[in-house]
Amino acid sequence: MATDVVSERIVTPASSAPRADSAQWAGPPRHRVAALAADVVQWTLLGAFSLLFLYPFVWLLSASLKPRGEIFDNRLIPLTVVWDNYVEVFNQLPLLSWMANSVVIALLSAGLMTISSSLVAFGFAYFRFPGKAWLFRLLLASMMLPGAVTLIPNYLIWRYLGWLGTSVPLWGAALFGSGFYIFLMRQFYLSLPKELFEAARVDGCSALGLFTRIAFPLALPASVIVFIFEFQASWNNFTGPLIYLNSTGVENFTVPLGIAHAMSVYSPTNGGHGDYQYVMVASLLVTLPMIAVFAFGQRYFVEGVASVGVKG
Amino acid sequence: MSAAHTVRAAAELTDSPQPARRRRPRKVREKYSWRESLAGYLFISPWLIGFLTFTVISMTWSLVLSFTDYNLATGRQTPVGFENYALVVEDPKVVTSLLNTFVFVVLSVPLELVLAMVLALLLNNVRRGSGLFRTLLYLPKMTPAVATAAVFLLLLNGNDGAINAVLEFFGLPGPQWLSDPDWVKPSIVVMGLWGVGGSMVLLLAALRNVPRELQEAAAVDGAGSAARFFRITVPMISPTVFFVVVVNTIAALQVFDQAYLLFYRDGNSNAPDAALFYGVYLFQQAFQQFNFGLAAAMAWLLFVIILGITAVQMLVGNRTVHYEGGR
Repeated sequence: MATDVVSERIVTPASSAPRADSAQWAGPPRHRVAALAADVVQWTLLGAFSLLFLYPFVWLLSASLKPRGEIFDNRLIPLTVVWDNYVEVFNQLPLLSWMANSVVIALLSAGLMTISSSLVAFGFAYFRFPGKAWLFRLLLASMMLPGAVTLIPNYLIWRYLGWLGTSVPLWGAALFGSGFYIFLMRQFYLSLPKELFEAARVDGCSALGLFTRIAFPLALPASVIVFIFEFQASWNNFTGPLIYLNSTGVENFTVPLGIAHAMSVYSPTNGGHGDYQYVMVASLLVTLPMIAVFAFGQRYFVEGVASVGVKG
Repeated sequence: MSAAHTVRAAAELTDSPQPARRRRPRKVREKYSWRESLAGYLFISPWLIGFLTFTVISMTWSLVLSFTDYNLATGRQTPVGFENYALVVEDPKVVTSLLNTFVFVVLSVPLELVLAMVLALLLNNVRRGSGLFRTLLYLPKMTPAVATAAVFLLLLNGNDGAINAVLEFFGLPGPQWLSDPDWVKPSIVVMGLWGVGGSMVLLLAALRNVPRELQEAAAVDGAGSAARFFRITVPMISPTVFFVVVVNTIAALQVFDQAYLLFYRDGNSNAPDAALFYGVYLFQQAFQQFNFGLAAAMAWLLFVIILGITAVQMLVGNRTVHYEGGR
């Protein structure tokens, strides 16, 4: 117990803790100096890595502000700053339509995925029915299936249903839940006390009521993980729109597919007209929402990712 | 419509476990309330329908396709036996793309693991500010692949890219990342390493789960920091390391986005052969040449390769990975 207290203070010293306080846990002065030196070395290393990892973002911002002729001049700070790029990009590219498409698809995907995965997870967590264990094993096994194997027949299925060239294939699959999310939600539902449901049942609550009134509201934090993960996956998805939307009009593209299109049009190596700064502006604008999502839901991301590891 | 298939397949799937139970008569037959069972099946029905359509029917169709010549215009499937598989094996581009993919896996998986491990250890050891650094290092993982490719196209430029400018500063000759065939794969590896944050967070979570008492007890017994790392930390986090290796290998075998965006986005033919990964070639065959039969055969070959490699990893993993509480 005593070591717990000590280690807790070491891991999370209150930021306002006075320095004198540290003498209590850091032991003899010699150790304190060694520990401080180790910290400084580690901070330096982490700082260097962080700078390295942030550099492409800074470069993206810088290149998005450069005029046409200077985009490839390899200067970190633009010689001429053209704020107008951020206005002009909307005249050059149908970026507004792309964004609207991306938002609609991502919201539909994330919303439907959250509901369907929650429903299925509750079915697996709460009810007893023949073949449940067997079906759940099947669900886990299906998570390991590489997407390449079902890519072509899925395309043919959507084609058969007449939805090629629409955005339906990009969010339709979310209606059916997904192995990883179902697994995650089921873990959460299993942790809810069963008495809660029994009490509600005695009071005459229906099976659906158990879900909508008790399970789903209580599992909201886990649902947020599913929503955020799926929103990000859909927003960043490139292969899907490439397969299902590429043959339609440019204005039907999502932002990632649109940027890939713009890269071809503006890439000077391909005889394009070199206005690569618009690609940079669009790339920055497609990244910003993800950074905002991360800033808002960082806790959920780290929890969600960690829960995968615990399972592994 | 596929609804009829779905219902029939659903009936088959839910029936099939019962013979298995009959074969084990000694097990007490569980009593199920039919109302509860019905509710359960209704709750999981979205997944059941999706699984039957997009996995069972899909995989069956894919297998059938791989033995046929599919005409997209008429939708007619002509059986051709093993011809597609023969074509796959004989196609020199399949061999090239497979070798490219293997080289990429061998380069990227270990490098990503080492970098993720170094960063996770640093984050775990540092006593303050790990939250901030973790956020900064994870941000690239949030970035859409297209934005990553767009900015790395500038950074990796062989003549005036920022990465070569840095290398020159240290007196190193910068390679032609995007046009020299020898540097094409490393350039995609570098892009991948920028997104190391996912593996890093997984390993960090595992490191945080190593009980402190174990480390302290070993230290009291006189174990040095190296001994503690290899005798305690490594075995305790080995399941996560194993998971990261398996998942990253499967992902690397299917690498597509980055290679496609950097080299094949406008379908031009002057892309270096060194960038032709299996996933890219499969995509070209399926959605640019519309050789669905051949592409389906390629997909099944990839599936078998992935299964084989994962199975080998599992075998090695079972001998080396330490599972707490035994398994």
